Amino acid sequence: MKWETVIGLEVHTQLATKSKIFSGSSTAFGAAPNTQASAVDIALPGVLPVLNKGAVECAIKFGLAIGATLNRVNVFDRKNYFYPDLPKGYQISQLAKPIVEGGALTIQVPSTSSPSTGSGQSEERVIHLTRAHMEEDAGKSLHEDFHGMTGIDLNRAGTPLLEIVSEPEMRSSAEAVAYARALHTLVTWIGICDGNMQEGSFRVDANVSVRPVGQKEFGTRREIKNLNSFRFLQQAIDYEVRWQIETLEDGGRIEQATVLFDPDSGETRMMRSKEEAHDYRYFPDPDLLPVKLDEDWIERVRATLPELPAAMQARFQNDYGVSAYDAAVLTGSRALADYFEAAARACGQGKLAANWVMGELSAALNKAELDIERSPVSAAQLGTLIGRIQDGTLSGKLAKQVFEGLWEGAGEVDAVIEARGLRQMSDSGELEKIIDDVLAANPKSVEEFRSGKDKAFNALVGQVMKASRGKANPAQVNELLRSRLTD
Amino acid sequence: MSNASLSALAAQLAGRQISSRELAQLYLDRITTLNPAINAFITVDAEKTLLEAAAADSRIAAGNAGPLTGVPIAHKDIFCTDGWLTTCGSKMLHNFVAPYDAHVIQRFKAAGMPSLGKTNMDEFAMGSSNETSHYGAVKNPWNTAYVPGGSSGGAAASIAARMAPAATGTDTGGSIRQPAALCGITGLKPTYGLVSRYGMIAFASSLDQAGPMAPAAEDCALLLNVMTGFDPNDSTSLEREKEDYTRDLNRPLTGLRVGLPREFFAEGLNNEVAAAVEAAVTELKKLGATTVDISLANSQLAIPVYYVLAPAEASSNLSRFDGVRYGYRAPEYTSLDDMYCKTRAQGFGAEVKRRIMIGAYVLSHGYYDAYYLQAQKIRRLIADDFNAAFKVCDVILGPTAPGTAFKLGEKSDDPVEMYLNDLYTIPANLAGLPGMSLPCGFDTKGLPIGLQLVGNYFSEAKMLNVAHQYQRVTDWHARQPEGLK
Repeated sequence: MKWETVIGLEVHTQLATKSKIFSGSSTAFGAAPNTQASAVDIALPGVLPVLNKGAVECAIKFGLAIGATLNRVNVFDRKNYFYPDLPKGYQISQLAKPIVEGGALTIQVPSTSSPSTGSGQSEERVIHLTRAHMEEDAGKSLHEDFHGMTGIDLNRAGTPLLEIVSEPEMRSSAEAVAYARALHTLVTWIGICDGNMQEGSFRVDANVSVRPVGQKEFGTRREIKNLNSFRFLQQAIDYEVRWQIETLEDGGRIEQATVLFDPDSGETRMMRSKEEAHDYRYFPDPDLLPVKLDEDWIERVRATLPELPAAMQARFQNDYGVSAYDAAVLTGSRALADYFEAAARACGQGKLAANWVMGELSAALNKAELDIERSPVSAAQLGTLIGRIQDGTLSGKLAKQVFEGLWEGAGEVDAVIEARGLRQMSDSGELEKIIDDVLAANPKSVEEFRSGKDKAFNALVGQVMKASRGKANPAQVNELLRSRLTD
Repeated sequence: MSNASLSALAAQLAGRQISSRELAQLYLDRITTLNPAINAFITVDAEKTLLEAAAADSRIAAGNAGPLTGVPIAHKDIFCTDGWLTTCGSKMLHNFVAPYDAHVIQRFKAAGMPSLGKTNMDEFAMGSSNETSHYGAVKNPWNTAYVPGGSSGGAAASIAARMAPAATGTDTGGSIRQPAALCGITGLKPTYGLVSRYGMIAFASSLDQAGPMAPAAEDCALLLNVMTGFDPNDSTSLEREKEDYTRDLNRPLTGLRVGLPREFFAEGLNNEVAAAVEAAVTELKKLGATTVDISLANSQLAIPVYYVLAPAEASSNLSRFDGVRYGYRAPEYTSLDDMYCKTRAQGFGAEVKRRIMIGAYVLSHGYYDAYYLQAQKIRRLIADDFNAAFKVCDVILGPTAPGTAFKLGEKSDDPVEMYLNDLYTIPANLAGLPGMSLPCGFDTKGLPIGLQLVGNYFSEAKMLNVAHQYQRVTDWHARQPEGLK
């Protein structure tokens, strides 16, 4: 039987506010346990929540960025359950009236026909969002640090989250990863989340089910909780899908459940079944008034939004002639996009700039494990370098050597060219002398060429290039050599 | 001296006829003498009280005293008070010393009013007789075989016995007004949102409101001036201009339209209470008021609505008492769930557990619409009735409770009978309206009778005006229990 995979993602993004969503405590990561937990955060008797408007503005930004409906009146609810790192015994969240509903994200999925090449082959997909709502994070239970006991760190308790829920519209782990990446790009792009997955700023839950191809109803889903890297997301879904298909093909049934992914074994394992699911007894939090968004507020927030990735992709294709796939790669982060555009503007060669950014520069950054923000070669330098190719000062090959010099911090482009003697030979007199020497030294090749062996010509070109130590202009060499030989 | 009004005490302090320390000592002595029989206080700390009184004396000496600086006050044990045991009447918080001051406490501290201690109350403010307190029942100073009402029973009894000249209370379904009525004092529940709830241990957040309790309306006006005001720490606190609640006290009542809801004088009302309330109406008419018959038809549903909504909120509000971070934790347990279960089974009393279970039930999947949502709709209808009534009257008048104080233990086995005691007070909480109770007579057993005024939103000054004018021509509020003078 042929099976179809159905995936929906719930992503918890930590909002980049300085203070918590309902208290004035700092949200900075990594402080000593419980040093960033106020009376409100530890839920002393009598304390009350006060909403941080910054968190609301983050949610508004997100809603605007995905073209969603912003609910002008949205409501905080209490989700009731007991857990030691949930100090109030309830989480303040939004159930019935979330701040954001609808919206969509366009993603580029590598083509299934050529999945490995990854260069330019992609298909566009639109993934719809169900909703996004504000809520507070819980604290952390530290099970390993205390023998026979559990430590509770409430620093994270009350950190603002935006939970972003997609429709079950993804059909493969690759699509799920592409969506998660696009979402990650967007939330960091608009500055509402630092995107740090190791620190838990961007956590993904995947709802996965399978059904026979052609069946309309969804299969029973299992939810994989708390995936904190794109690789784990892919591995977890792939394992889960295989497991579900095997289970069904062996005549088994899928029970609704929440599962965890173990990166060591590469497997998912049951956390709780549907029977163990909580009745959260949601009801509107009487300590908080409904959140009202007026048009002025929304417009003020809209004015702070940068140009969004989708708009920038369209512009890059239009203004710089890059492919849709390249445009998507170049807008993988705002810093990358800004870098590309600065380099492209500096040299006036968009396509060439794209190739350099996605090729030489990305490779060097990857190798050095550096972010684009820390690139030793600035966009202005790269632009100048490309300009030197354009004006004939450098060949592509020489340019790579200059790039190395720039990377090592050997100075500006022209200084590196001069210091390392990398200028392409443009003086035809000098070149003619080299050619004469080469012809004199290789009478056999000359003979062969003249007797009709074209291959011999290439050998002579190679000799000239070698003699010029790579600085001769290959086109010029071709031209001069051919005219000399046919004289 | 112990029967003097707050303004008289303030005048004597200002005139240096008495110091705050002396005054505090006077009340502390009365507490030492009388409290063993009444049990109105959970915590008394003379040393702390006298330190605060000495600070007040310095302020008076330095010439920067406020209107009530140096006048002592007792605080309901529901208010977190920095450095004081704050129990909310529960074993669950038997060891909880608050590390911060509730907004109300901050206000009274800023006003320079020394605290006489923390008053007894029904556990987590759930009760109408003060019998659910972990610290034992409070006795009614008028007859110690009778209950003082609740949940602010300790506060009401402390004033009735003149162990304090003033006290704070809180009112979720009548917890200021009903004990005020049963103890023969004056108490006011302000418009919801007027007094910050920050630091006041939550029972039912959408209904809870703190207010003043004292012998007379004039005292309550002065206390209300201290208590009210916007607090950014409470999202339901209202941002309004500061009012002087004493401003209208001496206005004549000519032309005042008093609404008499027929539902409040119907079946279930004790005859002696009815007669006393009617006599009060006659007094008000002599002062120039007219009466209007009104109907609050949906108020009949107030008790069932309240016993859905208040427990629903309480079941969630009390979840934080889990034995993890503070308060009581069961001494022995085998797992996390076992710790939760034993801690809460042992730390909460029967009434609190009953309400948590009711609340969890009405919020459960499949029952929410039928109970919680339905109750919210009726709550709106109850408020609509009041809105309509205030188009034809300025203030609504009726009995505070259907009867006078009942005997200790008389209703403690029958929760529904107990709940009916709040029949007339609950509607104001559901609508968020201000309500007050003031003494209007005694029954043949010598127990006080209270009358209730309910005003429109923010009409506290008007209600205090009516009450004060009534108290100028009557002396019910000035009477004291024989033997406790």
